[in-house]
Amino acid sequence: MSLRQREVARRLFAKELNESTLFYKEHEDTYAPQYLLTPTGAKCNRVFVVGTLTEKENVGVDSDYWRARIADPTGVFPIYAGQYQQQAVTQLSAIEVPAFVAVIGKLNVFHANDGPVKVSIRPEFINVVDSETRNRWVLETAEKTLARIDRLRRDGEDVAKARDYYGTDASLYVGVVIEAVKALKKEYET
Amino acid sequence: MNLKELAEQISARFLEQGVKVPASEIEQRLHSLFYDFKVPIEEATRSVVSYYSKLHPKQESASATEVSYTKITDISAEDKWINLRARVVQLWEPNSPSIAQVGLLGDETGTIKFTSWSNANLPILKDGQSYSVRNVVTKSWQGRFSVSLNKASEIVPLDEEVAVGRAEEEIAGAIIDVQSGSGLIKRCPECSRVVVKGYCAEHGKVSGVYDLRIKGVLDNGEVVTDVLFNRELTERLTGITLAQAKEMAMEALDQNVVADAMKAVIIGRYYVVRGNKTPRWLLITDFKEPAQIKEEDIGTILERAQELL
Repeated sequence: MSLRQREVARRLFAKELNESTLFYKEHEDTYAPQYLLTPTGAKCNRVFVVGTLTEKENVGVDSDYWRARIADPTGVFPIYAGQYQQQAVTQLSAIEVPAFVAVIGKLNVFHANDGPVKVSIRPEFINVVDSETRNRWVLETAEKTLARIDRLRRDGEDVAKARDYYGTDASLYVGVVIEAVKALKKEYET
Repeated sequence: MNLKELAEQISARFLEQGVKVPASEIEQRLHSLFYDFKVPIEEATRSVVSYYSKLHPKQESASATEVSYTKITDISAEDKWINLRARVVQLWEPNSPSIAQVGLLGDETGTIKFTSWSNANLPILKDGQSYSVRNVVTKSWQGRFSVSLNKASEIVPLDEEVAVGRAEEEIAGAIIDVQSGSGLIKRCPECSRVVVKGYCAEHGKVSGVYDLRIKGVLDNGEVVTDVLFNRELTERLTGITLAQAKEMAMEALDQNVVADAMKAVIIGRYYVVRGNKTPRWLLITDFKEPAQIKEEDIGTILERAQELL
């Protein structure tokens, strides 16, 4: 295949992303895509998240380098955008905090000096959205997370790898989903 | 089993193949073989079947050479020789002189791209006509199948029309990207190809005609689909009309402002789209916003979560 298949944008909550540390490549090739395998077995290269932009700051010295935080009901996604994410930098600088935003991006990993592995999102696109879109993302992500937890009990390469590496406590992530969805309930009570 | 029953069975089997042999006649032969010639019943059966098969050779040979046709949806491997009964759904302009024809063939189950090579010297396929297309080879490119019509292929027009399954598909997901070549574009007045920097790939320097389109990427977290919106749907999707788009581009002295404005409206939002499948694109025929979230939707997810605890 001369053209690589486009990577699917996975859906996961901040809590799960922040507990993910297993990065790997499927083959040695320099240009081989890097994946993050999460505790529930999501194999992510690209993600789609929707949440609240709560902080943004240009921390670059010579050039733009934006750091931002996007909160979902379970935690915070760290975002970093530099000179190679020009589109996202332009968008981020224009959006007022707080705002509901959708972010499409690839995952980044950095090891602080002997510290723990930290995962962040390198955004390709950031856009302001309405609250219905944000809530829809919460429900969609809840569904996808539950489906992964269900699969975690069965067989499968990624599933086995995630179980072995994290010793995943499924009930913990079911709890995360319940918290996230319950928070929405009031808004839609009739 | 007695001879009468056996004879009836054999008769029925012949009837299935369109051959009428009276059971009484079969029974008589069986009787003679079994009782008069002391042949075991299996051998007697075999003898009778063989006798009548030879008496009716036409049907026998016809069933032996009967062509089996593959349904388009069943194509699952490349480099396979197959036969199709299909209708020409679309013809595209070949982009190379080595290709005589390129387009889409369809049957009840779906559509598939075909390429007829110039050196195969095959009859020219007519748009909308149904054919029996024999000895074509399956190919795969970027995960999509196509068929290649070659020197060994046989094309016979059919009198009846093959119904083409509306390979319409509905998917829900978020638009996560808009590809280049979207927004305000210019088309060649001759062939409708997109004009790049004032040049049409076929007709050279032309003054293009403005049009709108969106080449989007719809992602549902499991599958990525390339979705193509035509002018009318792009206007409805983005709220930007062709007239407004032209004005925007003129004011900014830049065509790209239109695509940027459209991205700001649609990227990151959820849609339910419906369209016709082609090898590369889902050609959108209609779209809507997803139904409003209801309390029950939340309840359903909470129930499922409880089950997993």
